[in-house]
Amino acid sequence: MKSSMTDAGATSVGPAAHAPDTEHSLPISVQSLVKSYGAFRALDNVSIDIRSGEFMTLLGPSGSGKTTLLMVLAGFVRPDSGSVTFGEREILLLPPHKRDIGMVFQNYALFPHMTVAENLAYPLKLRRAGKAEIRDRVERALDLVQLSGLGGRGIHELSGGQRQRVALARAVIFEPRILLMDEPLSALDKNLREQMQIEVRRLHEQLGITTVYVTHDQREALTMSDRIAVINDGRIQQVDEPRDLYEKPSTYFVANFIGETYSLPVEVSGSSVMLFGQPIKTPAPPEHGDRHQALILRPENLHVFEAEPDPGMNSMAGTVRQHVFQGDSIVTYLTVAGDREIAVRRQHRSDETLPAPGS
Amino acid sequence: MLRKPATATQVTHLQRLWLYVVCALVIIFLVAPTLIVIPMSFSDSRYLEFPPEAWSLRWYRAYLDSSEWRQATVVSFKVAGLTMVVATVTGTLAAYGLHVSRAKAGKYVSVLLILPMIIPVILLAVGIFLAFAPVGLNSTIPGLVLAHSVLAIPLVLITVTAGMRNFDINQEMVARSMGASRPWAFLTVTLPQIRNSVMSAALLAFIISLDEVVIALLIAGGDKATLTRRMFLALRDEIDPTIAAISTLLIGLSVVLLALSQFLQSKKN
Repeated sequence: MKSSMTDAGATSVGPAAHAPDTEHSLPISVQSLVKSYGAFRALDNVSIDIRSGEFMTLLGPSGSGKTTLLMVLAGFVRPDSGSVTFGEREILLLPPHKRDIGMVFQNYALFPHMTVAENLAYPLKLRRAGKAEIRDRVERALDLVQLSGLGGRGIHELSGGQRQRVALARAVIFEPRILLMDEPLSALDKNLREQMQIEVRRLHEQLGITTVYVTHDQREALTMSDRIAVINDGRIQQVDEPRDLYEKPSTYFVANFIGETYSLPVEVSGSSVMLFGQPIKTPAPPEHGDRHQALILRPENLHVFEAEPDPGMNSMAGTVRQHVFQGDSIVTYLTVAGDREIAVRRQHRSDETLPAPGS
Repeated sequence: MLRKPATATQVTHLQRLWLYVVCALVIIFLVAPTLIVIPMSFSDSRYLEFPPEAWSLRWYRAYLDSSEWRQATVVSFKVAGLTMVVATVTGTLAAYGLHVSRAKAGKYVSVLLILPMIIPVILLAVGIFLAFAPVGLNSTIPGLVLAHSVLAIPLVLITVTAGMRNFDINQEMVARSMGASRPWAFLTVTLPQIRNSVMSAALLAFIISLDEVVIALLIAGGDKATLTRRMFLALRDEIDPTIAAISTLLIGLSVVLLALSQFLQSKKN
């Protein structure tokens, strides 16, 4: 794995690969958005194109600007400059209630003074749907999120997972063509969260609605998304499919943020890369000519050998510090080149012996 | 009753008997002056006296038979009712606005709105009288309603703000994303959930106006005299047990409204 330490800045993406299905979803185009709070730039010239029907995740640490971007799309934050279009339509000057978007918040934001069915009926009543139609669609929405028969329940009688499902159903029942979600699963415990990730993904595939999903959980982003936009300091670092993002991070920040990584300094001259004075083989020649760059290592791609390995492999000498047992895997921490720490992860097998610490 | 300590460190009721006595004395000291008018109002005597020698309802009859008292009662209730509406609507909107606003000026605005509660009412009354004189609002119902609203808004603001604290503003945002305009989202999502605080605040506003006397003394002349103003003047001119009867009725009403207000506040919104 090889990554350069340069800042590529905002990455723009080409036009949609497939024909937009504007009946159920709309593409979103964000151009040069800027939003400042005093001296703080929450959004610093953000541009991104989201395809119709795509599941796009905005991933970043807290304070990175991902929620601000979502709130601009929803209409609750007005940017200083820039442009946002849903399909052909510029929507920046439209108030939230005229944007026709479904929204799911982290704390569900269900209406506690209404029953489940009344919550679901709320957007339909606003659209002046008839009584029979409302009953029909509420029932279908409950089926969709596997809560059939719970329409008469009060919100307080529901479990966390059920509340999340109601919030989801309410956000899509009026068939908006864009769905925005702000860390919707972060209040759930781990098992339920993983179950809901699959559920949300299934719902997305069923409805084909353009979905923008905000999270700080990289595993969640990798699991659910068609593409991920990594955001930091109000800038988009990289927009890519989960696998490309993981394997070919384009900035140092992305490499560090996604997955577990260790970086080692390398010297680049021309097409050769030197690690601690030894030449190493790279899958592709370095793209940038800078002399000092970083080699990004992922623990699961490394192996520990007690004997000198095959000379065709990249290798370096190190001292084993510690083994940490993590159930399904064992992580070995090593020191290389005197003071640099790296880690190697391997599948756990009960019959193996590990190199003793200090060797 | 616990007579013997169950554990070595437990304090028995007997050991803290002194505390109960002190509390009882404090309560009597606070409440007795108010309650003393109640037996006096049922007296048969021509004068205010305690304890009464004979009982009758004549002073209640006197109150109901007097057109002056009746007129004052109508004025008082009209003003209190209108004050309740004006102060509750304005105070609730202010509480909502200050709650959702991120503006730095918000703090100063709420201090400004609470100011009438802090400054002496007599100063407020003089100020209102001087401000109303050139525009002809003295001795009018709208003038009294405005003046009483100034006094009631701080309490509405405090009560509704407290009720709003537990309300999750995301709910309103989600309603707006689903197609509700902001006022509609407020009416259908926010207001039903802060309803008890708002009703409690409304009752407080009503009581404040009904019981208010200082401002009424200065600006409520002629046929727009309120009940409290007339009581004050009657007390100065002649000692008449009718006042005790009216006081008893007012105390009863205030206690009921206040209890209702407390009950609404204690119930979860």
